Amino acid sequence: MTTTVAVRSEQAAKPITDRPKRTFPWKSVIRGAIIPAAIIAIWQILSSNGAISETLYSSPWNILKEYYELTKTGELPHHLRISLVRASLGFLFGGGAGLLIGLLVGMSRPVEEVVNPTVQMLRTIPLLAITPLFIMWFGFGELSKVLLISLGAFFPMYVNTFLGVRNVDAKLFDVGRVLEFNWWKRTTRLVLPAALPNILLGTRLSLSIAWLCLVVAELLGAESGVGYMIQDARSFVQTDVVFVGITIFAIVGKLSDSIVRVLEQRLLRWQDSFKG
Amino acid sequence: MTTTTKALLEIDNVSKIFRNGASTTHVLDRLSLNATEGDFVTVIGPSGCGKSTLLKIIAGLDTDYVGSVNIENRKVDRPSQEKGFIFQEHRLFPWLNVESNIAADLSLSKPEVRERVNELIKLVKLEGFEKAYPRQISGGMSQRVAIARALLRKPKVLLLDEPFGALDAFTRAHLQEALLEIWQTNRTTMVLVTHDIDEAVFLSSRVVVMDAKPGRIKSVIPIDLPYPRKRTGTAFQDLRTHVLRSLEHSETEEPSYTI
Repeated sequence: MTTTVAVRSEQAAKPITDRPKRTFPWKSVIRGAIIPAAIIAIWQILSSNGAISETLYSSPWNILKEYYELTKTGELPHHLRISLVRASLGFLFGGGAGLLIGLLVGMSRPVEEVVNPTVQMLRTIPLLAITPLFIMWFGFGELSKVLLISLGAFFPMYVNTFLGVRNVDAKLFDVGRVLEFNWWKRTTRLVLPAALPNILLGTRLSLSIAWLCLVVAELLGAESGVGYMIQDARSFVQTDVVFVGITIFAIVGKLSDSIVRVLEQRLLRWQDSFKG
Repeated sequence: MTTTTKALLEIDNVSKIFRNGASTTHVLDRLSLNATEGDFVTVIGPSGCGKSTLLKIIAGLDTDYVGSVNIENRKVDRPSQEKGFIFQEHRLFPWLNVESNIAADLSLSKPEVRERVNELIKLVKLEGFEKAYPRQISGGMSQRVAIARALLRKPKVLLLDEPFGALDAFTRAHLQEALLEIWQTNRTTMVLVTHDIDEAVFLSSRVVVMDAKPGRIKSVIPIDLPYPRKRTGTAFQDLRTHVLRSLEHSETEEPSYTI
């Protein structure tokens, strides 16, 4: 029959691979490492020559040694653990609230009209301006820090989730109606997966803001955490320790971002977009 | 045609008025139409005759009308799975692969769903593409997935809104044959909206010709040709001409241009 033949040829023309074979992207890793490697090399050379002061600018080698020392004494793991707990808690509360409220606001116009103007207004207030209030109200304890981080993590998640929901193809809602999706199915089977690209972007931004707010909270007053460690080292001009704190922030920040990016690649495999 | 069997779908005196500011348009005007079980009805007419609106009303997607629509003596007041709907675009969920799209909200880990999905994949000839994502397959294949998704719900009636309109001529012809096969296998009642006369005569047991402004039925032409039909046969061409005449007649009634 003609149909069968035509269908076969149509199928033969397009071999479908569900999972493209992926090897580790060495090339792109090397490309990304060029600039940092060059900076480290120049820095080390300059401080070894005595061209720049080691006390003031430190050197990669000294920083590495300091890493070793601080890990051996258990100081670094201790501070890092406390910082990680604070940032994660803040991200979970703030990001979670942002996701939930963003979803509700996105799905219902009346809710949007009630909630969104207030949130947008609050969003423009610089976090540093609120920090003194938080310290007055909640003290120097963990609560004020976690709340500050939550507040920072809330907005990017909220804005992106809201945007993601509003970007859902309206035509798919008719499909949901024909397939008799109830409210729950419409949310979990239609809105959430469709808004996922934006939600993941919100997660990344939210994570980095959580990290940023953590530093603010810990620099302003804390007895522990990586931020405190930096602040403490600064008063004794221990540049090496300051650099350890800074680099650990960079490393953990990059790591958390990478985790979300891996998640993005796995969850958004269905997307048909330009990959450069 | 089986006139003795009770009508499955009854459309009785349906009118719909579209208001835009001060002007009102009679999209549908006292339209009545029945379809029995296993019927293949095609609605054809000039653009703006309300044929797509009629389909949306039958589907329960549009409830703003006067008159009544019943399926098995129950009033249609909302969309449901007993009224399968195929849109002009496939409207698959881009994040689900072919088999998950067919299952949609049902779980493929349930053996009865799994079995039905496999059967339907065979029926729409998509074996080997179960794991492909919509972006990886052609428009014709996507539309077949959409048909399988609707059929999985065992609809009493399948409503098709210009389903092959956006496809190229070859794919369209293949899909028409595929649809006939599905219809002959499942005996699902079909209501198809199209502007393609060939498609109407090739597929249906009855062609309903509609008139625009106000949207009403101009004539109902039974197509008593045995399947499979030959598009080149004289009987086919005669019926084609008949439908065309009926359509042209309806279109000359409105002033075409004012200069």
